[in-house]
Amino acid sequence: MSDALTDVRTRVPAGVPAPPREPADTKPPAARKPAAATPATAPVSRSGLRRRRRLGPGRSVPLGRLLGPALVVALWWAASAAGYLDPRILSGPGAVVSTAVELIADGRLQGNVLVSLQRAGLGLLLGVASGVLLAVVAGLSRTGEYLVDGPLQIKRAIPSLAMLPLLILWLGIGEQMKITVIALGVAVIVYINTYASLTGIDSRHVELAEVLELGRWQFLRKVVLPGSLPGFFVGLRLGVTSSWLGLIVVEQVNATSGIGYMMFQAQQYAQSDVIIVGLVAYGTFGFASDALVRAVERRALSWRRTLAG
Amino acid sequence: MATHAGGLTKDHAPRPVEAETAPEGRDGSRQGLDPGAPAPGVPDAPPAVRAGRLVRRFGDRVVLKEIDLALAAGEFTALLGRSGSGKSTLLRAVAGLDHDVEGSGELLVPERVSLSFQDSRLLPWLRVLDNVTLGLRGPGAHERGLTALAEVGLAGRERSWPHELSGGEQQRAALARALVRDPELLLADEPFGALDALTRIKMHDLLRELYERHRPAVLLVTHDVDEAVELADRVLVLDEGEISVDLAIDLPTPRNRRDPRFQQYRDALLAALGVHSAPPAPEPRPEDHPHAARV
Repeated sequence: MSDALTDVRTRVPAGVPAPPREPADTKPPAARKPAAATPATAPVSRSGLRRRRRLGPGRSVPLGRLLGPALVVALWWAASAAGYLDPRILSGPGAVVSTAVELIADGRLQGNVLVSLQRAGLGLLLGVASGVLLAVVAGLSRTGEYLVDGPLQIKRAIPSLAMLPLLILWLGIGEQMKITVIALGVAVIVYINTYASLTGIDSRHVELAEVLELGRWQFLRKVVLPGSLPGFFVGLRLGVTSSWLGLIVVEQVNATSGIGYMMFQAQQYAQSDVIIVGLVAYGTFGFASDALVRAVERRALSWRRTLAG
Repeated sequence: MATHAGGLTKDHAPRPVEAETAPEGRDGSRQGLDPGAPAPGVPDAPPAVRAGRLVRRFGDRVVLKEIDLALAAGEFTALLGRSGSGKSTLLRAVAGLDHDVEGSGELLVPERVSLSFQDSRLLPWLRVLDNVTLGLRGPGAHERGLTALAEVGLAGRERSWPHELSGGEQQRAALARALVRDPELLLADEPFGALDALTRIKMHDLLRELYERHRPAVLLVTHDVDEAVELADRVLVLDEGEISVDLAIDLPTPRNRRDPRFQQYRDALLAALGVHSAPPAPEPRPEDHPHAARV
């Protein structure tokens, strides 16, 4: 009888009657005594405190993501300090930092960064605006869909950078060409994602707008644009990445300013430290702009925050 | 709005079949068998909805076969029917949402029509109040929205996102959105179908209360016979695209489901829908089975 009571305590929550135990239990009562005294810690106990084996990755550690990059820098530092790295192939972190300080001091870094940011920003702006406009035109009218969607899907298959020779032929090698190349790449990406999200708007929401007799403009503002916002932000993030990529390529074409120009100059004189400063600048701006877009996205899509976490 | 609806259906329209199993002793109360007749309690009111020889077909399948129907202003009508009977098609036709559906016939509806769906259909990116006032024109939209939300018991939830509301609260917000437009006709397509039983009871009371206060004509599509008898003053049964039963429910509100007359209406309608209900007896005795015998 005492066996049965032990089991009631360890297995079943209060209030639930225990099933009658089979008398064919082979263990002697004495062996079970300790388990009864501390039911929660008994190794074979199936009490409610026993946890399942975790299959997920577990809880995260603050700043844990920085571990990998820090390790790479440490290895780089160690290898260059130990003399394994030829400074002409790859300068050490110390040299890179001092070069960056020099470049900032004589104003070369800021000047080139500013020119690059202007190109990328202008291209992004024009690309996003035309991408959204085309998506709305194609998404809201059949005529627009038939006229716009086909060419853009074809354009999607041709990388913008493949059109570089033609654009140079048409627009020369000036700023106009550089911004157009960036804008073209961004526009297609923004269009594809915004259009997909826009045509994916729940038809029940469109029906609701009809029942509420919304006008065209109200329908656009209250239903279409908010409804296609998730896809738009996917397109925007990819577009930002694409604008940096386009920038790097166009700055190799007869540029006389910009981060890319600075890096190619350095290549001529085997200044690997300047090249690395340029790479870090690209990386920093790419990362920062993505973080910025994500922050804006979180605010704009706060209505589904609980879903996205 | 035309006022000669009474004459429309009498000459050529097929008269709806009366419910064969209607309970005895109530013949005096069975009004509204003619679709053009005014509703009980609303004498000589001009009809809010008038459909004449309304046909809707999907390809070769005729879903509505020359429906003649008149709903009086301020009349609460429930539309019953098995799935596939065409009740949603009829509702969508009245709502003007059947864009690509072939059809013919005459249809007159009032200017202000609200429709509430089975799902609340709140836009997830608009806060509750903005959902309610969506599409509302003119000054005072904000205040009207606040009033409507208070009326459905959602005062204080104006700034919530729809996903923060429970299913019942979402449906109440949808009801506020329908009523804030001060509709002459409220169409409801199984509005309580997705709610749990307890919430549904509360919503029934709320809908009836709001109806008594605002008095729109209501066309409630449902497959729940109890719901129809409890809420509506007139019940239509749609069977294979034709109105087979048009039954006035002559019971005082609020209605008690245990009232024997409630049960009689219920059984009659169930029989019209092809379901023969067992008697709600605590001790069912097979030899004493009055309903089964009558049917």
